[in-house]
Amino acid sequence: MKIDIDTSVCIGSGQCVLTAPGVFTQDDEGFSALLPGREDGAGDPLVREAARACPVQAITVTESP
Amino acid sequence: MTEALPFPQDRTCPYQPPDGYQPLRDARPLSRVTLYNGRTAWVVTGHAETRALLTDPRLSADRQNPAFPSPAPRFESLRAVRTPLLGVDDPEHNTQRRMLIPSFSVKRVAALRPRIQEIVDRLLDAMEEQGPPAELVSAFALPVPSMVICSLLGVPYADHELFEELSRTLLQSVDPREVTEARDRLEDYFTGLVAHKREQPGDGLLDELIAERLETGEVGHRELVRMALLLLVAGHETTSNMLSLGTFTLLEHPEQYAALRADPSLLPDAVEELLRFLSIADGMVRVATEDIEVGGETIRADDGVIFSTSVVNRDDAAYDAPDTLDWQRSARHHVAFGFGVHQCLGQNLARAEMEIAFGALFARFPGLRLAVPAAEVPHKPGHTLQGLVELPVTW
Repeated sequence: MKIDIDTSVCIGSGQCVLTAPGVFTQDDEGFSALLPGREDGAGDPLVREAARACPVQAITVTESP
Repeated sequence: MTEALPFPQDRTCPYQPPDGYQPLRDARPLSRVTLYNGRTAWVVTGHAETRALLTDPRLSADRQNPAFPSPAPRFESLRAVRTPLLGVDDPEHNTQRRMLIPSFSVKRVAALRPRIQEIVDRLLDAMEEQGPPAELVSAFALPVPSMVICSLLGVPYADHELFEELSRTLLQSVDPREVTEARDRLEDYFTGLVAHKREQPGDGLLDELIAERLETGEVGHRELVRMALLLLVAGHETTSNMLSLGTFTLLEHPEQYAALRADPSLLPDAVEELLRFLSIADGMVRVATEDIEVGGETIRADDGVIFSTSVVNRDDAAYDAPDTLDWQRSARHHVAFGFGVHQCLGQNLARAEMEIAFGALFARFPGLRLAVPAAEVPHKPGHTLQGLVELPVTW
């Protein structure tokens, strides 16, 4: 799984962290970021929920080929 | 076409959408309504449509747009000034929001939890010493978020009577002149506070903004004053209503209340479900800048568009048995905090305050109950944030 975060549109709502805390975090600026070692989503089914919860659609999830 | 329904309307039961909104529920995803001034507007009531429209750049939050609808007289007064954040569009909104995002992140809010707990415990101590009975709005529901936002911003809580009264006028008065006067007085208050802080800096967010954004010229003085005003008002009025109305709702739902007391680990899900169920900010307002096709209708440029969150959050296409208060459901994806770029900046602070405040209140007073019949508990009119005027309790 490939997760892209567009921090230029992120508004720091934290929805991703609340929804999938095993994969997402927030950096010091409050923007969405991936936890070290979890960049591939770690098989977490909540990643897609987190993308859907994002109020500004800053998260794109694509399945690896 | 049938005559457009009046909007907004008063709730009959304080935790249910107004009975008069039934036609809106029957006609999802959107309806025409008539506002107090005779103008018509769209009210969006579908969950999927709300998420789509609140992320649609063809809807503007610019309250100075002459076509911006007024769901209540106070909006007429707001037209005269540029309201930062919630009253402007990107890129202006984005620049302002980015100054504040770090201070409201999940991590920063987690670091505030001990301070919130301390405030909550102190207020409960005072209630215990003086009661029972108690009036929960003034003893707990209002001071908790008021003290928290003061502490975060660096605003002296000693001034709370002044700004709480002015905030009430700002949000509840139906006289636009009174609203303008209250806003002017709040701006004067913050102008004085900013001047004082430039002489004697403290360690709040306002001090940070003065040092890092005002002195550098990144934000203007008037803009900063209005941002501070907005953060203070939004920071205490909203959560206060959730605490009073949430407590009342639990006392009226003994089964759910008992389940929550028996298992406090349900609290985060319960808070989310209460946010969905109560939808206290019931009417988020926008204006269309272009024609938009939605639900078989055309929203025309310059049409007013209002999102009735109490109806949206009970869309049965999004939630099973939406009128049931259920801790087991996933209330995720509710729009109680809005959606899109304007989604509530303080939402994680609000969640932390509610989790801590509800948890501590119910643990402290296991026998908490209403001190008057439920029907006698006064609630706020439909044109403002939904909540209780007073909540007499005993234990």
